[in-house]
Amino acid sequence: MTETNTRRLKNSIAFLRVLIGWHFLYEGVTKVFNPDWTSFGYLASAKGPLGGLFRALANESIIGVVDVLNWLALIIVGITLILGIYERLGAIVGILLLAMYYLAHPPFPGVEQLNVEGSYWFVNKNLIELAACFVLLYFPTGDHFGIKYLLNQKSKSE
Amino acid sequence: MKWTRREILKGLGGIPILGALWWAGSASAISKRKERSEILEQLNIEPSLPAEVPPVTGEPIRVGIIGFGIRGEQLCRSLGYATKEWIADMKEEMIENPNNKALEVFEQQDKLNVVITGVCDVFDYRANRAINSFSSPENKVERFKTHQDMIRSGKVDAVVIATPDHWHAPMSIDALENNVHVYVEKPMTHTIEETYRLKEAAEKSKAVFMVGHQHRQTQSFKTAQDIVEKGVLGHISIIETCTNRNDDNGAWNYEIHPEANENTIDWDAFLGNAPKIPFNKNHFFRWRKWWAYGSGLSGDLMSHDYDRLNCVLNFGIPKSIMASGGIYTHNDGRNVPDVLQVNMEFPDFTTGSSQVKNKERGLTFIYSATLGNGYGRPTVLMGHDGTMELGNSLTIWPDGGSTKYAEMLEGEKMNPRVPIYYYDPGANVPDAISSATSQYFADKGLLWTYVDGKRVDSTFLHMREWLSCVRNGGTVSCGIKEGFEEAITAHMAGLSWKLGRRIDWDEENYQIVPIEGIDFDQVLLDSPDPENPYIRV
Repeated sequence: MTETNTRRLKNSIAFLRVLIGWHFLYEGVTKVFNPDWTSFGYLASAKGPLGGLFRALANESIIGVVDVLNWLALIIVGITLILGIYERLGAIVGILLLAMYYLAHPPFPGVEQLNVEGSYWFVNKNLIELAACFVLLYFPTGDHFGIKYLLNQKSKSE
Repeated sequence: MKWTRREILKGLGGIPILGALWWAGSASAISKRKERSEILEQLNIEPSLPAEVPPVTGEPIRVGIIGFGIRGEQLCRSLGYATKEWIADMKEEMIENPNNKALEVFEQQDKLNVVITGVCDVFDYRANRAINSFSSPENKVERFKTHQDMIRSGKVDAVVIATPDHWHAPMSIDALENNVHVYVEKPMTHTIEETYRLKEAAEKSKAVFMVGHQHRQTQSFKTAQDIVEKGVLGHISIIETCTNRNDDNGAWNYEIHPEANENTIDWDAFLGNAPKIPFNKNHFFRWRKWWAYGSGLSGDLMSHDYDRLNCVLNFGIPKSIMASGGIYTHNDGRNVPDVLQVNMEFPDFTTGSSQVKNKERGLTFIYSATLGNGYGRPTVLMGHDGTMELGNSLTIWPDGGSTKYAEMLEGEKMNPRVPIYYYDPGANVPDAISSATSQYFADKGLLWTYVDGKRVDSTFLHMREWLSCVRNGGTVSCGIKEGFEEAITAHMAGLSWKLGRRIDWDEENYQIVPIEGIDFDQVLLDSPDPENPYIRV
C-alpha cells in the first residue's frame, strides 16, 4: 500500500471512529439528562431466541442498575472513540452494547419488529455499526488523530 | 519541546467535538423536560393512589356463594379460593404458555379474612366442585338447597350472588331483609319494579350492599375523574364506549357440561319466576341469550361501560335513551340482540367550559356493540379542548380547535397528534408528551404488565372494599344509588330496543316516563320471536 493510500485509510477510519463516538455520546448524554428515561420498554418487549434473558433485565429490582450501566457504557464508548484514547476498550464495549441491542430485537424472519423505520432481514444498522466497531478494534487510529498522537509526538521529540 | 498547530489539531481535535456534543445533548434533554413540566403544570393532574381500606380484623367473615358458575368461580378466586381443577388447568397452561400469569397473580394476591362456609347451586357438579376444593378439616363447606335456607342458616354473614339476572333481586332482597351482606353481580335487577323494591330493601337494611362493578377500582378511572374536574378536556359533548367481540365465549355460547341432565340440575329452581319451559341445557348454560333470564348486551355489558363512565362523571340516569340493533351475527335461537347501538342523552350535563358562558351544554353517550367483530375500538371522551382515551391506562390529546390550549398550540408547544398526558397506574412516573415508542409499548399493554411487577385484580379490590365496609363500616363505591342508576339505564336501553322507540326519564318523579298502554316490565320480560324481535306499538 502506498503511503498516500495508508494515510487515506487512516483518515477514513479515524473519521468513522469519530462518527461512531459521536453517535454513542449523544445517545448517552440525552439519557443522563432525562431523569424519566428508562430502557424498560425496550427490554420488556424483547423478542427472539434470547428474549427471555432481556425481559428478565427489565425486572423492577434491577432496572435502575441496568439503566445506569447503559448510559455509562454509551458515554465511555463516546469519549474514548472521539478522543482516541483507550479506543480499543471503547470498541469492545461498543461491540458488546450493540450485540445486546441487536439480540434484544433481532431482525429475524418471524420475529415481530417494533418501531423500525426500514426493512431488515438479519442485517440491520446495529449489526453494521457493530461490524464497524470491529474495524476500530483491529485498526486503532488514536495515534493518527487523537490524544495518543500527541503523546507519540512528545515521545518522538524526547 | 514544541507542538505545531497541526499537531495540536490532530491530537486534541476530539475535545471540542466532545464539548459540543455534551452541550447539545444536555440542552436538548433539558429543554424537552422544561416543555414537559410546563404542560404538566398547566394540566395540574394528580394521578390517584390506590385507595387505602381498613383491614378486616378479628374473626373471618363467613361468606356463602350463590351461583358457582363461571363468574362465581372467578369471584371466589378474588376472595382467595381457587378450585383444584382451576389450579391444575393453569399449571398445564403455564407449560404451554409461560407468559400466562393467572396463577401467579392469584398466589400473590393478599389474603382476605374470609371463610367460605356455604354454597348454593342448582347444578350438583358445580356445588360439589366448590365443596371439594374449599372444604378444610376445620371448615366443611355446606351445600344449601335454596338461597332462603342459606340466608336463614345463621352460618353466613354475607352472600355473593352470581346467578342469572332474574335471580339477582329476589335473592338480594331476601338477604338484605335478613341483614345478610350482599355482593351481587350486574345488572342488579331484571325488571323496573324489582329495582325500586331492592332500593328500598337496601336502604332499610343494616347489611352492606355492593354491586359488582369492579371497574370502580381501576386507578386510571379515578385519575380520569380529577382530569375532568380540572377541565383538562373542556366541555365533553360525546363519549363513545364499545363492545367488540368475535368469539363463542364472547357471544355467550358457553360450554355445556357433560354431567348436565335433569337429575343433576334442579330445573324448577333455575327457572324461578321465568316462564315454565321443559328442561333445556342450552338455556341453562347460555342463559344470557334470552330475555327470560338475562338482559342482553344492555344489561350484561353496557351496564359496565355506563357505570365506569358514571363513576368518572357522575351524570346519573340519562334524560332519554334510543337504541337500535338486531340479531345479526348469531342467529342461533337467541332473542337478545348481538349488535346494539344505544344513544343516551344528557342535555343538561356539562363538564365546564373554556368558551363563552352558556355556549356549551349537553352530552351524548354512545354505546356501540357487536358480537361479530373484535377490532379494539377504545373508550373516548371528546371535549372541546381535548380527547381522552380511557382504558387501564389513560392518554390525552389536545384538540386542534381548543380555546384553552390555543396559545400552546400556536407556539407549537402542543400538537394535536401528540399526547400531552399519559398515565399508567403500573408505571412509576406520569409521562407527558409520550414518545412514539413509549406510546407503542403502552398500547401493547406492556407497561402495565411488567413495571409494577405485581398485577392486581380489580375484582379483588372491589370485594376487599365490600368486606372492609362489612366489618368496619363506611361507604362502598358501588352501592344502591349507583346500582339503581345502572339498572334503570340498562332497562331503559332494553325497553327502547324492544319497543323501537325513545324512553324518557323523569328526574323529578324519579321514574321512567310512562307510555300509555305499555307495561314496561312486561315488555322487559317478554320473549320476542327471534325471527321478529320487535314489539311494535
